[in-house]
Amino acid sequence: MSKLITINNVTKKYGKTIALNDFTISIEKGKIVGLLGPNGSGKTTLIKILNGLLKDYSGEILIDDKKIGKHTKEIISYLPDTNYIPSWMKVNNIINLFEDMYKDFDVKKCYTILERLAIVPTMKVSEMSKGTKEKLQLALVMSRKAKIYILDEPIGGVDPAARDMIMQIILDNYDPESLILFSTHLIGDIEKIFDEVIFIKDGELILYQESEKLRQDRHKSVDEVFREVFKC
Amino acid sequence: MSIEFKDNIPIYLQIVDDIKMQIMANKLKEEDKVSSVRELALIYGVNPNTVQKALSELERENLVKTERTSGRYICATKQQINDMKEKIAREQLTTFLQKMKDIGYDANMIIEMIKRSEANE
Repeated sequence: MSKLITINNVTKKYGKTIALNDFTISIEKGKIVGLLGPNGSGKTTLIKILNGLLKDYSGEILIDDKKIGKHTKEIISYLPDTNYIPSWMKVNNIINLFEDMYKDFDVKKCYTILERLAIVPTMKVSEMSKGTKEKLQLALVMSRKAKIYILDEPIGGVDPAARDMIMQIILDNYDPESLILFSTHLIGDIEKIFDEVIFIKDGELILYQESEKLRQDRHKSVDEVFREVFKC
Repeated sequence: MSIEFKDNIPIYLQIVDDIKMQIMANKLKEEDKVSSVRELALIYGVNPNTVQKALSELERENLVKTERTSGRYICATKQQINDMKEKIAREQLTTFLQKMKDIGYDANMIIEMIKRSEANE
């Protein structure tokens, strides 16, 4: 199988703090992978590096056999963990912007998703709740036809009912040939959709395994194993 | 149709069991078309690869077959269905008998009880 993301011995420090410590992993296409770890474990640092937002690290990364740069940015659809949409914009303005920015953006698909989420195109971002903003950002990200989707905490701010809806939208819109890397610290509700899980702790890789194998071998849910590994 | 999954058992096996139950309950009949991987993934709220794995297992057990152009169909025979039912009935019975034995019921008492409960229905 071809590896879509290869990370070799990546170390990243913020001053004296080590955010990623000799991190090595290869991930295949066609998977939904959970990047799981408590707050401050290095998830977002890793994601920022993959998206070319952090450059001063050591080690080597190849995405789709290329170094991080213009090509990798084109094939990655990225949902950051913060709200990046200017609040004065209306939904349809943002959709136009995305259409201009990304060749692979599917406007029709985006409107369909927004309709399911009951987000009106004339709505202003400043009028939205935190959860609605998250849904909007997810709709935008999933409307691209990308090779890799990297979603940083996409379900952090939404209620459990909306969480189900978001999971449905991810399942409904992702192409089985692509890769979804999905970071979260809320595992229970959504572990059913992960093919594989990565456990990260203090910037180190603790475990990388198929979630079904984890259940079979340990007779426990991913959530239970997670709680065991990260017990304080 | 969405089912409550148990956490500690591989999900694909639980989907296999669910589809077998539907076959036994005659909700899915021979020659019925099986929903697509994508549809089933949405129905069960699981990863498409998990559904794929469940369907492969059902194919391996000859309960489902793939037609090259038109998708998957149920192909369970009467014999297979009876065997599945028999297996589940045995499992249920074993568990039941063990529990009854634990609380001090012997075979005669159990049979009496079943007769009475049948009569009441």
